[in-house]
Amino acid sequence: MALWDYANPTRFLRLVDIVLPWLIAACALAFAIGLYKSFFMAPEDYQQGDTVRIMFIHVPAAWLAMMCYSVMAISALGTLVWKHPLADVSAKAAAPLGAAFTFISLITGSLWGKPMWGTYWVWDARLTSVLVLFIMYLGLMALWRTMEDPIKAGKAAAVLTLVGAFNLPIIKFSVDWWNTLHQPASVIRLDGPTIHPDILIPLLVMALAFTLLFFTLHLAAMRNEIFRRRVRSMRMKAAASAHPAGATATAQPAE
Amino acid sequence: MSGWVGALFVRELRLAVRVGGSGVIGVLFFLAVVTVIPFGVGPDLNLLARIGPAILWIGALLATLLGLDRLFQADRDDGALDLMIMAGRPLELIVLVKCLAHWMATGLPLVFAAPVLAIFLNLDPVAIAAVTATLLAGTPALTLIGAIGASLTVTLRRGGLLMAVLVIPLAIPVLIFGVSAADAAIQDPVPFMTPFLILCALTLVSAVVGPFAAATALRFASD
Amino acid sequence: MDPFDLGPHAGFIIASYTVTFGVVAALIAWVLIDRAQQRAALNDLERQGISRAGQRQDKS
Repeated sequence: MALWDYANPTRFLRLVDIVLPWLIAACALAFAIGLYKSFFMAPEDYQQGDTVRIMFIHVPAAWLAMMCYSVMAISALGTLVWKHPLADVSAKAAAPLGAAFTFISLITGSLWGKPMWGTYWVWDARLTSVLVLFIMYLGLMALWRTMEDPIKAGKAAAVLTLVGAFNLPIIKFSVDWWNTLHQPASVIRLDGPTIHPDILIPLLVMALAFTLLFFTLHLAAMRNEIFRRRVRSMRMKAAASAHPAGATATAQPAE
Repeated sequence: MSGWVGALFVRELRLAVRVGGSGVIGVLFFLAVVTVIPFGVGPDLNLLARIGPAILWIGALLATLLGLDRLFQADRDDGALDLMIMAGRPLELIVLVKCLAHWMATGLPLVFAAPVLAIFLNLDPVAIAAVTATLLAGTPALTLIGAIGASLTVTLRRGGLLMAVLVIPLAIPVLIFGVSAADAAIQDPVPFMTPFLILCALTLVSAVVGPFAAATALRFASD
Repeated sequence: MDPFDLGPHAGFIIASYTVTFGVVAALIAWVLIDRAQQRAALNDLERQGISRAGQRQDKS
């Protein structure tokens, strides 16, 4: 299986070194085209005017917020089921990115909401679910940071990620239910399928650009994480050789 | 088979009741939260009656969260948890029994205290019955979901705050349907049974997911 | 269709793009700084004569 060829971190790092420049170039190109199209080509929406341009960053960020959780859930499966050595590196590198894109989608969403709905925040089902997702990302990051041993932290975070992946649809469903009880849906929304091609094409290009950006940052962050673990194990080795007596004493209970 | 389950249950219950009486402290905390709310929102009895079920549910959620660190921490510190893992019994079942005993010691007192506290909040008898019923059906789910957080943070010295942050997002559906069911009994925008049955379903689902996830996390934490 | 006339809500649009740019720039900076730090630490350790071969033995 091709994925197992990259179980060796050194081989994976070599692949990253080859792929990363191309990814960066593709990402920059996609952003150039996407930004040009969204500012110069896309017409103003007859209802929303120029604020429709916020959509070109808001929708891709929201898409990435969800895609990043999927990447983490698959990585969690990789940690727990297939025991792939890079899976928890991938999950750990993805969490801050997911939090950042969720944050972008929340902020741009409320900046879009103010001129459109007259308020920065409504306790709408979609917004509330994304807020919960944001809290879950931050909780996972906190779990990663508090646990000393990266292997144990990886396993604990993987369990939590999978429980969260199971729970997110339930949260979405219950928030929908709660929302229909408490306020009649009167929020103006763009109807999905009827977007005009002049707006849809820049949106798709921007979505592609954001996705490329995510994978670029994700690979770079994974590389950093592998280096961090090397530094960690080398420091432990240095400490063990400096104090051999203490090292054997701590090594024995671990057996 | 059933012998060790019963023995474990009795042991857990005894420890939970004896060590510092966490059930009583949980009820005291519940009382303190409910007392503090009117100072925040004002003593308007109509308003309190309207948001009463929500106050009781949030109070119960917070009280449950505070008691959760007792679920595995003490057993890990004195090594009993390692013995349980090595005993060859299904760890999922052990976690379920521990959760049940923990709920009997900390969750059930909250359910009994709820009708008394509801009087402070100007709830009418139907609402009091509804809130108590939803708490009875819903607090086991809070304990079972909380077990996941407790098992993930069991190796940490001061994991309590992190555990609360991890557990609260997972507990949101329970809170929503608990409060919805209680509200439905008062204002009836929907029949009471619809959200109540979903709440029961959530409790049953968390009785499956909670022990499995917690047992997985405990195995990882021990090796 | 003047691209620099963003209509009555220009502030919101500019704010959205600024926030997005800021967050993405922070992510890129985090990745680059982190990389420089880990590289420096690795080089430092290797200069002290701690080999990575031992690290491989730990892993297996």
